[in-house]
Amino acid sequence: MSTTLPSSASAIPADAPVSEHGSLVGAELSSEAHPDFRLFGLATFLVADGMTFAGFFAAYLTFKAVNPLQEGSTYELELLLPTINTVLLIISSFTFHRAGQECRADRMGASRAWLLATTVLGAAFLAGQMVEYFSLPFGLTDNLFASTFYALTGFHGLHVTLGVICILVVWWQARRGGAITSSHHFGLEAAELYWHFVDGIWVILYGILYLL
Amino acid sequence: MTVASPPSFDTGLQPQGWLKYFSFSLDHKVIGIQYLVCGFLFYFIGGALAGVIRTELISPMSDFVSRDTYNEVLTLHGTIMIFLWIVPVVNGGFGNYLIPFYVGARDMAFPRLNAVAFWLIPPAGILLISSYFIAGAASQSGWTAYPPLSLTTPAAGQVVWILSVLLLGGSSIFGGINFIATVLKLRRPGLKLMQLPMYCWAMLGTSVLVVLATPVLAGTLILLSFDIIAHTGFFNPSQGGNVVVYQHLFWFYSHPAVYIMVLPAFGLVSEILPIHARKPLFGYTTMVYSIMAIVVLGLVVWAHHMFTSGTPPWMRLFFTIATSFIAVPTGIKFFNWLATLWGGKIALNSAVLFSCAFIFNFVFGGITGVALAQVPFDIHVHDTYFVVGHFHYIVYGGTVFVIFASLYHWYPKFTGRMLNEDLGRLHFVLTFIGFNLCFAPQHWLGLNGMPRRVAEYDPAFTTLNQVSSVGALLMAISTVPLLINVVLTAYRGKIAGDNPWNALTPEWLTTSPPPVENWIGEAPLVTEPYAYGQEPGNLDVSRLRGRDLWTGKQ
Repeated sequence: MSTTLPSSASAIPADAPVSEHGSLVGAELSSEAHPDFRLFGLATFLVADGMTFAGFFAAYLTFKAVNPLQEGSTYELELLLPTINTVLLIISSFTFHRAGQECRADRMGASRAWLLATTVLGAAFLAGQMVEYFSLPFGLTDNLFASTFYALTGFHGLHVTLGVICILVVWWQARRGGAITSSHHFGLEAAELYWHFVDGIWVILYGILYLL
Repeated sequence: MTVASPPSFDTGLQPQGWLKYFSFSLDHKVIGIQYLVCGFLFYFIGGALAGVIRTELISPMSDFVSRDTYNEVLTLHGTIMIFLWIVPVVNGGFGNYLIPFYVGARDMAFPRLNAVAFWLIPPAGILLISSYFIAGAASQSGWTAYPPLSLTTPAAGQVVWILSVLLLGGSSIFGGINFIATVLKLRRPGLKLMQLPMYCWAMLGTSVLVVLATPVLAGTLILLSFDIIAHTGFFNPSQGGNVVVYQHLFWFYSHPAVYIMVLPAFGLVSEILPIHARKPLFGYTTMVYSIMAIVVLGLVVWAHHMFTSGTPPWMRLFFTIATSFIAVPTGIKFFNWLATLWGGKIALNSAVLFSCAFIFNFVFGGITGVALAQVPFDIHVHDTYFVVGHFHYIVYGGTVFVIFASLYHWYPKFTGRMLNEDLGRLHFVLTFIGFNLCFAPQHWLGLNGMPRRVAEYDPAFTTLNQVSSVGALLMAISTVPLLINVVLTAYRGKIAGDNPWNALTPEWLTTSPPPVENWIGEAPLVTEPYAYGQEPGNLDVSRLRGRDLWTGKQ
């Protein structure tokens, strides 16, 4: 009772996109290209990643609400450096957006320049974070607030580091003759989505860790 | 929609024959079988550990294994059964095999991610089990790993446990992303969401829970590992930390995890019953909304595991009400299944027997679940064998029975051969009697105050514990006919043909086993997957479309 609809599956044109299963059993394979939902997949993954942060935020807020620190400990943080860092990251989102626009307009040179600017801003953020770490009056295990502070900013810093590496890779791929062109730019789009996500998380983190 | 043309990944290098099951195959059917076989191997290991537990509990004294070993055994039993058997098999196994058929696709949305998700599981499992030998002592703090217990038991085993669960969580998230993309994006043109077989909805709901809840567990376990390795104090009261925060974060994942284990089983039963009762699935739309309601409610009931953790009254009130509410959508599903069976031409084969036993067991487990949601009752039986009994009625009586039903139902599709019905019924009878003998007495034990996770108990509990252990023995014996059946069938099983059940869902509308890309030629458009109700002999599904499937007009 099999429903074999008439179709000439064996007539695969030579230049047809190769299906995901390669040339396993030639005649049985379809000529359909596997559709591309990578950006959708990445967005779903970022929802999951965001939930990790949400868990950390919830833990931090609960600690702050119910667990008083021992005598002599302090919640006070310097605001200047993190505020500059916040501004840097927000600007970097705009520079990355410009890089994407230039890429789609087929101005790869300008696109690469904006990518480089984004990298510099991201690296400056990480450097600022380092400076802050070394100037703080508390270490990882000093008290609950210190531990949570390092865990939250450290986990975010890990994301920024990964993002900077991704941007450098995209920058390299966007060179003349590279994998990223004005018509094939999934890598750039993915890195951009990820970068905006990391920036958004930082803004929330800045709000509840430094301002609240 | 942009169309990518992925480079043909190791073209010609993918092995053929049985070797492909040990390769980084991208075929969703191969990956599904990999999940299933791998899961069954871990099921036997976890079952052996359960055997150790039940042997120890035959007598009130701790005389079979040492107390520390008993703690290791119960921890590994719980972790293996949940993270390496039920979650991978009921999601990854049947999900990977069936979902692409149901949406009319040739593979999952991300075949490579799919293979990665599977191949994270064997290393994680080996890591977990090897901790028993390498680290000197495996994790002893139960599958919940509550601090401060998990901070005071041997550290090495606990850290290996965390690493293993993180790997499995990653695998689960990758799988969830894949299912969401496949169901929402990869549907065959012309196939609407409300025409999908129910298992697609179940997997969609499950995957939403996986994507939202699993990362929270991962984050929590990372913090716990900091407490163990770097001596931070997130969950360590002696350093100003808060153990209740761990419990909140842990149960934010682990309560939805129950639905991650059970929702796919609901979906599978919804596929099996209409085919064997020759009736349409009753109440399709209410089924879909029930699944969605369970997903939403499932995310806001976690603190009912923590009624004795100093939970404030308003929280108890909220979580009692939310938990009781979950019985409504679940109840709707049960009445739908009963209405599906009602007046049907039911074939009492192994698949149906296991499915009906699922309904029986799950109703029992569901009733004790509603009881446990009530604070006064929960405080009385918290951390007793009542909870163990309830949980096993849900997860074994519910999900594992459905896994067996599904095995009998889809085995002909997987292999092209029918499983032997006599051995199947023997397997069912032994499992059903063994299961109820094993876990029903635990409710009495719990009501009378026998605590869980303790190797020794008051001698007054001896008889019921021995009854329970006899049940466990029967369950162990019940795997023998199953194994004989699978081995025997591989050589001399009855040839199944493409569609032995005269089913309408798309996986039956291709050969058994199906070709590499599921269909030779175009995928069939099945808009009414449950349109049963006429003589099977007259049913020519290849000519029927849409409502005609229901009325039978050709």
